[in-house]
This record gives sequence, structure tokens and C-alpha cells, in this order.
Amino acid sequence: MKPSRFHLTRKKLNMKQILFSLVLAGGVTFAAQAQSEQYNDAMKQQVGLLDSSNTYNAGGMQQLANTFERIAQAEQTQWLPYYYAAYCRVNEAYMTKDKGKIDELADMALVNAEKAQALKGKDADINCILSMILSARIGVDPMTRGMKYGPESAAVLEEAKKMDPENPRVYMLQGQALLYTPEAFGGSKTKAKEMFEVALTKFAAAKPASSIVPQWGEAYTKMLIEQIK
Amino acid sequence: MHKPFLTLIFLTFIPLLLEAQQTVSGRVTTAKRKPLPGVNIAIKGSYDGATTKADGTFSFTTSVTGERFITASLTGYQTLEIKTDIADAQQLQLVLRETVNELKMVTISAGSFEASDEKKNTMLKPLDIVTTAGANADIVSALRTLPGAQQVGEKEGLFVRGGTGYETQTFIDGMMVRNPFYSGMPDFAARGRFSPFLFKGTTFSSGGYSAQYGQALSSALVLESTDLPDRSSYTLGLGSVGPSVGVDILTKDKKKAYGFEADYANLTPYFALMKQKQKPTIAPQGANVSANYRMKTSKTGMLKFFVTGSWNRFGFQGESLEYPGFKEDFELENYNVYTNLNYKESLGKGWRVQLGTSYSTNHDRIYMDTIGKHPLPTRIRARQDLSQFRMVFSKNLGRYSLLRFGSEYQYADERSAFNEWNADYVDSYAAGFVEGDIYFTPRFVGRLGGRYEYSSLLRNANIAPRASLAYKLDGKSQVALAYGEFYQKPEPQHLRFDHDLGYMRATHYIASFQRVTEFYTLRTEVFYKEYHDLVKTVPDYNNNGNGYAKGIELFWRDRKSIKNVDYWLSYSYLDTKRDYLNYPFRVQPDFAADHTATLVYKHYISSLQLNLGATYSFATGRPYYNPTRPESEFMKDRTRTLNTLSVNVNYITKIGQAFTVFVFTMSNVLGNDQEYGFRYSSDKLRRSMVGPMAPRFFYLGMFMSFGIDRTQEVINRQ
Repeated sequence: MKPSRFHLTRKKLNMKQILFSLVLAGGVTFAAQAQSEQYNDAMKQQVGLLDSSNTYNAGGMQQLANTFERIAQAEQTQWLPYYYAAYCRVNEAYMTKDKGKIDELADMALVNAEKAQALKGKDADINCILSMILSARIGVDPMTRGMKYGPESAAVLEEAKKMDPENPRVYMLQGQALLYTPEAFGGSKTKAKEMFEVALTKFAAAKPASSIVPQWGEAYTKMLIEQIK
Repeated sequence: MHKPFLTLIFLTFIPLLLEAQQTVSGRVTTAKRKPLPGVNIAIKGSYDGATTKADGTFSFTTSVTGERFITASLTGYQTLEIKTDIADAQQLQLVLRETVNELKMVTISAGSFEASDEKKNTMLKPLDIVTTAGANADIVSALRTLPGAQQVGEKEGLFVRGGTGYETQTFIDGMMVRNPFYSGMPDFAARGRFSPFLFKGTTFSSGGYSAQYGQALSSALVLESTDLPDRSSYTLGLGSVGPSVGVDILTKDKKKAYGFEADYANLTPYFALMKQKQKPTIAPQGANVSANYRMKTSKTGMLKFFVTGSWNRFGFQGESLEYPGFKEDFELENYNVYTNLNYKESLGKGWRVQLGTSYSTNHDRIYMDTIGKHPLPTRIRARQDLSQFRMVFSKNLGRYSLLRFGSEYQYADERSAFNEWNADYVDSYAAGFVEGDIYFTPRFVGRLGGRYEYSSLLRNANIAPRASLAYKLDGKSQVALAYGEFYQKPEPQHLRFDHDLGYMRATHYIASFQRVTEFYTLRTEVFYKEYHDLVKTVPDYNNNGNGYAKGIELFWRDRKSIKNVDYWLSYSYLDTKRDYLNYPFRVQPDFAADHTATLVYKHYISSLQLNLGATYSFATGRPYYNPTRPESEFMKDRTRTLNTLSVNVNYITKIGQAFTVFVFTMSNVLGNDQEYGFRYSSDKLRRSMVGPMAPRFFYLGMFMSFGIDRTQEVINRQ
């Protein structure tokens, strides 16, 4: 309630109204606190699900993306729900069995990533998602799309590295690109492994500001290193 | 004080009351009652919601109350928003409508094979054209593996559905190309002039095509030039026929690009190694230089300029058929310049414009002689100049439909000199067309249009109606019908001798079915074509020829059944007869085989970085003219069945900083006899077989790409 309202109505104030106002004000504060607590709790819970093996499939990712999208559109001003919605949506694009859906899912991921960027500004982690979206599009038709999206995806990661050289996910994704690119086109398993090792040292050194800021990828990096051996 | 106190207590409990849980439940389906899983159900402005299960149902609890918006969203569907009181939000029945995207819309399909990166649902990709074994990166050779095209090896061009090579015209950015092929020798097909890498889209139409294109009785080859490259590149190539260099620069602001390419070919070393049927007196040699400039003039505008010049010459000496024991000399020198300037822009409110102009000039000098024999050597000088302008406007009608209209003007200057004797002519040709792509529904489209043409040389106009219908049966299958009238001027070689000839005409009827899924493509077409007013040369030039062609064609492509293998199979059955040129009556012409089949196979072995490809072509014998038979048995003889197997191998590696591809290709590996027909001496005592210059052709090359990765392109430039 705006103070001006009080001035206008001061003449008519009586006890009942004062009490009512106090209670209402208390209720609003309580609700606001509940809201931010609700946000943190919900985010903690959902971010916690990201690493669960139950969600590591197209259906699970879709469900998580849906939830993050709901939180994002209810909050409007938080970039993290949009970020995670984009992350889950692009993972869904990687995991879907229906190649015809890849572009639509990548488009949805992009919408979320761009909203996150509008709220947060340029960010290495958002660039990681943008790079993943470009790589996902290659899957539709590797022979003709690899040439266009491969280098674009790499350029977005290079930009991320400049923004935050300590971000482990940048190295992890660069390693992944090296691992899955045929050697003749610049891929290399040994270079991929080196990159994963850099990523792991950066993961170890990383000090996330809270439990809901981006911090995924360490387990996945270890899994990829295992694959090389 | 009691009352306010009660109020206070009541109000204190409001937050708790708000926490009271309400269940929201329901089911989401398509309009056809198919359950939709994965739908995001949300109460607007709250976190509460759910994702629908496999049976489309959802159920969740919420503390939100009162009138709220509930949304249901899923990729590929329009988001649904309903206003409801949460207390009533149980057993909701929600129906989502599919968004109409390119994949779900029907497209005009009868008669055409399209290769495009940009459009989905095409049967081919531009890469397919260059990775086809035996095609040696020649567009027309690659398209010859598709149904409808004949395996004609002795003449250039596409012989489509009972039509001659002349009946197929090539269009670049909408404009007709006068000399799309290099100049060759009689009875030997020459390659196309234009590299497949210049084009982002290639459409091979075997009939029933748009009113935008005219002057082609049978078929249109529609090529769309590339826009800006993704990045700059430098390439260097060295092959068994010669070297090549290329530069393609994209400016920093990514709004302009310019490039140059040059190559030189000389077959002297190759011929030293591989014996040819005839003795080369001048080994084939030539140089090509091309330059291009492309600029984004605005967000929606694009200007493109392309120029290419080439020079080539060759000479062969063979046994004389006419005079046994004597030699025949044939020498040819050719100069060609082709330019194309094109501008596209959006004018707003759904209007678009495309303007184009093109100029080309082609000079041939031919020398023919039977050594030591009279008459004197024959010298032919021929020159063809074609200037043209083209303008097309289009306007969106509603959400999907489109109206297109435009006009074009061509000025052709055709000169030829046979020793001292000249036969020249000029023709001013003007045409206008109107065409509408009308979507009755997103699944049902009709293309209706017409074309008006006038030629000053023929002093005659024509009006050609065209119509096409296509209906999508489900997400993957569609049926289509097409009809059209097609007019074409007689061939220059006839027109230069008789200016009183009229248009030739063909009527097409096509019915097709196609099913395109992610890994499989099936397509079948039946057609009937009626020829009218074909040119006859006996008793003298006239337009009294006629004919028909009918047949059935099949195309099957499979990219899944065999691991790392992509193959396609084409089959064409053709029944055609015509009475034209010097034919005494209607017969099957010498360029038509009853059955034609092609198998194209592509195999990628990633562990070895090897690409293997093979193309097998088969055609039943074609008729040939045997003058020793009585006239009633005209064209009764058949050549041998044609069988050829061509292979290609690419090895991809890295040398220093350059991506490098080694390429090896060989045509007719098995060395099968290729009998295209026979020529007889005038006394009918001797004959010689028409066939290739050598049973096999091989090519070995190495291509390096610096700066950026252009390997994929190079792999295929065989």
C-alpha cells in the first residue's frame, strides 16, 4: 500500500482500520518472504534433480524443462529458471529419438537462453548453452549441417572462455567437441582428454555462489574421460 | 473491540487459508483425440503445474484459488490458454492444435526433384549431387541417376521422358542459360560449365513445372546461386588433369563476400598414359576464371554478381568412315563468357521483388577435314549471344498462399558461318506470367498459372496454361497431379535455315505419390506426354511432327537399413514414339530406352576416414538407324544393353594446417562395352560404333583447404 493512500484517508482512520492495515502489511511481508523462500526451495529441489539418473532421458528433461519454464514465467525477473529451462530443453533435443523435433526443441531452448541473457547480460554459462543449442542442430543432418553449425558452436565457446576463463563447463564442452569430431575434421581424443582434465581442475577450484547457480558437469566430464580409456 | 479482534484473527489466518490445496486435473489430446504426453500445464503466475503423462492426463495440487489462466504448451503445438476458476478445474478436456510448419505443409511435388539445404523434406541434398560416383561433380551427370532421365552418353543434356536434350533448359536464378555445356565433339557428351558448388538449390523438374519457366518442352533444371558463405576460405587443388585455386572472402561485418576461382586443365599427361579411341592431335586443354560478389543490401535485400570466362580447345584424328584408309581431323576452340546480376528485396506488406539480368557470349571455331581428300576442309564459326532481363513480383496472400507474376525479355543473336556461307538470325523474345500458389488448407495446395510468350522471329505468340495440385495424406505422404502446356522454339540449327517455323508444343499430365520419412523416401510417378508441331526436315522444313511418351517411374532411397550406407534406386519405364526430323513415320527415337535403372551407393567408414561410392547404371538397348534395312524397318535395330559401374574413393586427412582430401574416381570399372549407336557410310557398306573415347576414365586428385574447413566441399569435387 502506498503511503499517499494513508494521507488521504487519515481523517477517517479508526482503530479497526489501523489494525487491519497492520495485519495486511504483515501478511504482505510474510507472503513476499514466502515467495523468495518458495523460489529458493523450488530451485534447489529442481536443480538437485538435474543430476539424478531418473531425469537423464528425454522425458525427464522435458519434465524438468517444463517445471523451470513455469518458475521462469511466474518469476519473470530471475535469469536462472530461464537458464535451466534452456539447459534441460537442449538436453531434450540431444536425447529425443525423433529427429524431426530437434529444431523445434532447439528453438525453444534458444528462446529461454535469450531471455536469460536479457536478464543476466553476457555470461559464460549462457554461452555454453548457446553453443550446445548450435551443436544439437547438427544432429538433424550432420553431413550438411556440420560445416555450418560446428564452427559457430566453437566460436560461441571461445567467446565464453574470454568472459570467464575459470568456467569449467567451457572446457568440458570444448573437450566434448574434440571427442565427437572425426579426426580428419580437427577432432582428437588425446586433446579431448587434456581438455577434460583442465575442466576437472577448474571444477575442483570452482566455488559456486549458491546451490542454485550453474554447477553441473563434473560427473559428466568424468564419464567422458572414462569413455576415452 | 471484539469485532476488530475477530477480524484480526481471521486475517492472520488468511495465509494459511491460502495454503489450502486444490486439485487440478484433466487430459490433453489432439483434435483427433490422440493423447498428448509431455504437455506443460501451468497456472499462470504460479509455479504450480504438471507435465502430462503418456495417456495425456495430468493432476496436481495448488494453493492458488479463484479465476486463473491455465496454459497448456508443447513444442509443435499452439499454446492453449483457458480462463477458469481453480475450484472447477477438474477433469479438464484440453485440445491442442498443431502449429503448421514447413514439414507439415504440402508442397507442389509432381514432376520435381529438389536438392536444398534450406528446405526440409527434399529428396536430395546439394551434397548428394557431388558425392555421386561416376558423376565427377557434374550436375547433369548426377541428375542422370534420377528417374525420368535417360542414360544418353553421346550427347550432352538431360533426355527426359521421351524428350531430347534440347527440350531440357537450364535456368540460373530464373534466367535461361544459352550454353550450359562445354562445346564438345559430335557423338561425345560434354560436361556442364557450372560447378555444383555455385548453387545452394538445384531442382530437376521432369515435367509439369511452373509458369515461371518457358522454352523447355520436357524439363527444367532450375539452379539457385549461393548467398554469403559461412566464412572465408582458400583452396588449392592438384589433379590428374590440372591445378586449381580458389579464394572466397567474407568481410568482417559479414555483409559482403567476394571470391575468385581459376583452374587449368590439360589432358596431355593423361592421354600419354591412357590410350584413346581416336588419336589426340591437340590434347584437351582449357582454363576457367570466375569471380563473384555478393552483398546484403539490407536485412532482406541481396545483390549477387557472377562472371565466368573460359577458353578450351582440343583436336582428334580418327579413321574416316566415308573414305576407308583415310583420316578425319576434328579441331575445336571455344571461348565463353557468362554473367549474371541478381537483386532480391522485400518491399513490405508481403511484397517481394526479384530483378535479374544476364549476358552470355559463346564462340566456337571448328575445323574438320578428311586428310588428303577433296572437298576442302570445313571451317565452322559459330557465335551465340544472349542478353536478358527478368523481373518477378510476389505477394503473400493470407497465411500461406502466394501470388507471383513477372516478365522477361531475351535478345538472342545467333551467327554461324559454314566456310563462306552464313546463316544468322536474331530473335526478340518476350514473356509474361502469372501464377498463384493457393493453399485451400495447409494440406491441400493448388498452383494455377499461365504464361504468354512472343518471339519476333517466329512472329507468333502462345499462351501456356499450367496447373498443379498436391494433397498431403498424413505427415509423410502426399499425392499430386500436374498438367501443363509447354512451348519451345525449334532448335537453332533448324531455325537458322528456316525462319518460318513455328513453336513446338508438348502437353504434360502427371500423377505422383511420395512418402518421405527421416530415413526412407519412396516416390512413384506416372505420366503421359503428347507432342505436337515437332520440326520435320523432310520433304522440307515443317512443323508437322508429333509424338507421345508415357511411362512409370520409381525412386527409393534408404539411409538406414545398412549401417553407414546411403543408397538410392531409380527405375524408369518409358514408352515413346515420335515422327520428327527425317523419320518416315512414328517410331521409338534413338535416344529412348524402354527400361532404365540406376543404383547409387554411398558408404562412409569413419575409422579409416574413407568415403566409398559406387553407381551402377543399366538401360535396355536403344534404337539406331540402319540404312541397309528397308524403310519399313526404320529404327528397328537395338544397341546392346548398357551396363556401367563407376566408383569413387575419398580419403580425408590433415597435412600441416591444411585439411586435405585425396580423391580417386573411375568410370566403367568393369570395362563393359558401351554401345550408344552406329554411324553408316553413305554407301552403307561400313559402319562404326558410337561410344566413349576410352572404355574407362579415371581421375586422381588432391585438394587442400586453408584457413577454414572446406573439406566437405573438396571431398566431393572429384
